[in-house]
Amino acid sequence: MPPPIRRIVVDETPTVVEGAPTRPAAAPAPRPARRAPRAGVRERMRIEGLGVAYGGKPAVRDVSLEVRAGEVLALIGPSGCGKTTLLRCLNRLTELTPSAVRTGRLVLDDEDVDRFEATQLRRRVSMVFQQPNPFPMSVFDNVAYAVREQASRRPRKADLRGPVEEALRRAGLWDEVEADLDHPALRLSGGQQQRLCIARALAAGPEVLLLDEPCSALDPRSTAVIEELIVSLADELAVVIVTHNLQQAQRIADRVAFMYLGELVECGPADQVFSAPRSARTRDYVSGVFG
Amino acid sequence: MAVAAAPRERAALAEPSPSWRRGDKIAVGLCWAAGLLLCALAAAIVLYMGYKGLSLLRPELLWQRPQASADQSKTGGFLDPLIGTVVLTALGTAIALPLGVATAIWLSEFARPSWLARAVESGVEVIAGTPDIVLAIFGLVLFQQSFFAFLSLTAQGNAVFGRSFLTAGAMMALVALPFVVGSTREALQAVPRHVREASYALGKTRAATIRRVLLPACRPGIATGTVLGMGRIVGDTAIVVILLGASLQFSRVDGPPVMGDLRGTGSTLTSYVYNNSPAGEGNAPEKAYAAAFVLLLVVIGLNLAAGRLGRGRAKWKS
Amino acid sequence: MRSPWSDDRAERVLGAVASLVLITIAGMVVFVFAKAWPSFAHNGLGWFGPPGHGSVDDQLTNIFNSPADPRRYVYELGAWPLLWGTLLTTVGAVALGLAISVLAAVFLVEFAPGPIRRVMQPVVRLLAAVPSVIYGLIGILVLVPFVGNHLISLERKQSVLYVVQLSGSSLLVGVLILTVMIVPIMVAIMADALYAVPRTWTEGATALGVNRWRAMWTVSLRAARPAIIAATVLATARALGEAIMLSMVSGSQGFGPNPLDGLTFFLEPTRPLAATIVDNAEGLSVKPFGQTIYAFAAVLLVSTFFLSLGGWAAKQPLKRYGTAG
Repeated sequence: MPPPIRRIVVDETPTVVEGAPTRPAAAPAPRPARRAPRAGVRERMRIEGLGVAYGGKPAVRDVSLEVRAGEVLALIGPSGCGKTTLLRCLNRLTELTPSAVRTGRLVLDDEDVDRFEATQLRRRVSMVFQQPNPFPMSVFDNVAYAVREQASRRPRKADLRGPVEEALRRAGLWDEVEADLDHPALRLSGGQQQRLCIARALAAGPEVLLLDEPCSALDPRSTAVIEELIVSLADELAVVIVTHNLQQAQRIADRVAFMYLGELVECGPADQVFSAPRSARTRDYVSGVFG
Repeated sequence: MAVAAAPRERAALAEPSPSWRRGDKIAVGLCWAAGLLLCALAAAIVLYMGYKGLSLLRPELLWQRPQASADQSKTGGFLDPLIGTVVLTALGTAIALPLGVATAIWLSEFARPSWLARAVESGVEVIAGTPDIVLAIFGLVLFQQSFFAFLSLTAQGNAVFGRSFLTAGAMMALVALPFVVGSTREALQAVPRHVREASYALGKTRAATIRRVLLPACRPGIATGTVLGMGRIVGDTAIVVILLGASLQFSRVDGPPVMGDLRGTGSTLTSYVYNNSPAGEGNAPEKAYAAAFVLLLVVIGLNLAAGRLGRGRAKWKS
Repeated sequence: MRSPWSDDRAERVLGAVASLVLITIAGMVVFVFAKAWPSFAHNGLGWFGPPGHGSVDDQLTNIFNSPADPRRYVYELGAWPLLWGTLLTTVGAVALGLAISVLAAVFLVEFAPGPIRRVMQPVVRLLAAVPSVIYGLIGILVLVPFVGNHLISLERKQSVLYVVQLSGSSLLVGVLILTVMIVPIMVAIMADALYAVPRTWTEGATALGVNRWRAMWTVSLRAARPAIIAATVLATARALGEAIMLSMVSGSQGFGPNPLDGLTFFLEPTRPLAATIVDNAEGLSVKPFGQTIYAFAAVLLVSTFFLSLGGWAAKQPLKRYGTAG
């Protein structure tokens, strides 16, 4: 019998519900108090005139954007606006689809991304998917996977314990799994699996972390845990998150990019995009006129 | 470089490797080699048999009966073996089809008591895994018991011969049985629950549901399994060599017309090929090639038919 | 109107048919063992050992020529050369076949260009259906003379002349053709399993920066391990039971190839159990001979049983971490 897993308890202050709330006002609810704006933000990746077409049908049109280390960039927009496609371009995952054609330029740390191999790029730009997808291995093997694959000589298990523990701590999962690192990964709960995938992505030491709607398949408690995690990770990495949950974007993003039908409509600090958007379309989306 | 703390640990694990290591490239090369080798082998077999067959197959061979002469390479064709193959396949399929479908239905729709169901399932798997040579000698001794004398010839001294189309057909049914059972079960399981429930809701009994609703829906699956089983029967040699006697031509037993033939012995394409190769007595390799070519065409045809039937299966996705 | 069958009746009838199938199989197993028992009883454990003096074939001839008096039946047999031949051909073909099949399956699923893949898929399935007698025919008319005339030199023949005749029918040809026979079905099973590996896993591995081969090796093949085991068990069962093809090409002598002979080891003839049964089937009516043949069949049955058991046991530890199916 594996030892019982201790769960992270999120602060629960009971809220008193007073009848059905009236229809919310056009302006969104005020954002909860945030930390001071970050210092030491610098550019990591640059997207210049990016366009992607699947079999002739354009999914992303002429997008130019910056991804900066030390902040969370949220891509928002209605379904089918191309935000996931844009995200998948950042680690050249669109190349897995034969019919995809990419135009434009992507720059990582001032180097053109096409200049080096896709596998090298993906070691520096990691991705976490919408559905948690841990490999059918133990927790330890999952987190150690990327480290093992990237080492030039086969590392000993003892050498791997350090990086594995560090990655699990950063992902906030260490306390729950340290008792039994050989536990099968597929037997963890959904939220734990997603944090395991984040740990797995972190273990290889990426510079940019991409998250494709990471909480959409999870319950609210796990979502809260992971959101806190993402905010803390942004101190060290560049984080890009795609989300269709506007409240989530409000909670965690430093900068927001709104996309519509493949085009980048507006991009700016989160405060500004949500409370005083420049474009009418942004205002409509953010206030719930269309979803 | 990354701002994160990871590089500290990473340095301890030696520098990162290139994305394609030499071992990986060798592995991919081996994959290509294996794949192309397989294609080359397939092409070689098909082309060689085609070449030999087309050059050695004369149409007369198909409708001439084999002659019992010392020099097999000059005389006669293989009409008898050809008919023998057809007869044997028909016999085996005729026995395997009802038995297999009934077993599959019982396993899928009833399966009580559960220990019996598991035992039957294992039994079918055992049949599938048993070498055909073991089935053959089992059949031989079984059918040499006097209880089964009606299936074959009884020689003087009351020794039951045990070898005939009927006995070989019975064992061939065992060869085809796992295919029929497997395909039918798969087809039955693919029918969604709501179809059965709709039928029960209309007041039909289980038996009626099976007969009127499920079986017609499973026809493509049953057909696929049957044709696959027929392919195995057509290609089987061991059972024929042991259970069909070694007579080149049909050798009937006295009695009513069809039963007399079925109780007699004969040969099939497979035993004909075996006997005419250097391993047998005939020593007529040209005829062996010609017969083997015809055999190959039949088997390929049956498998193509099975594939076509499988694709025509009713799609239940709505 | 004909009264419809009640459910009970249908269940009883169908259950009876299913039980009939079960009884047939159970009967077969019991029968084979019952018939085989005297041969084992007379020889004890020595049944599995080497033949005392002379060869296994000599012993079989003696058994066949037993006097008619039941009390003077001859049973003496040391079947080791046959068992050794079976072991060599089966293990050799399965080992070689497994390596080739895994690589070819990976090629088919991952690396093959579109046109080649579209051609390969039906071709592999068709190859799996080719009857063994055709493989045997090509073997005995093409490969065996080739080996006999071009690969076996006169000196080699002289070197073992006092023990056995080298004629081209050999372990080598048997193993090669047996490998070709079992590869297609293994490739088909493994390719199906590789296709069934969830894309989320392979995409996840790719997103972590591993190349196509490593993703295939560490994720897909690992997830497909149960199918690889199942394919291996199936192929081994086929190899164990292959009688006709091997009786045509691997030699008609109950000889156990001697590894100490160096390269000649591969060129020596052998005759596995199943082929021995086919070659000696006419003698089944002679009681002690028939019982000896049944003893061979019993060994085959037991081997297939342990093979399935081994396959099941090998799959158990894989279930802990979860697999594709």
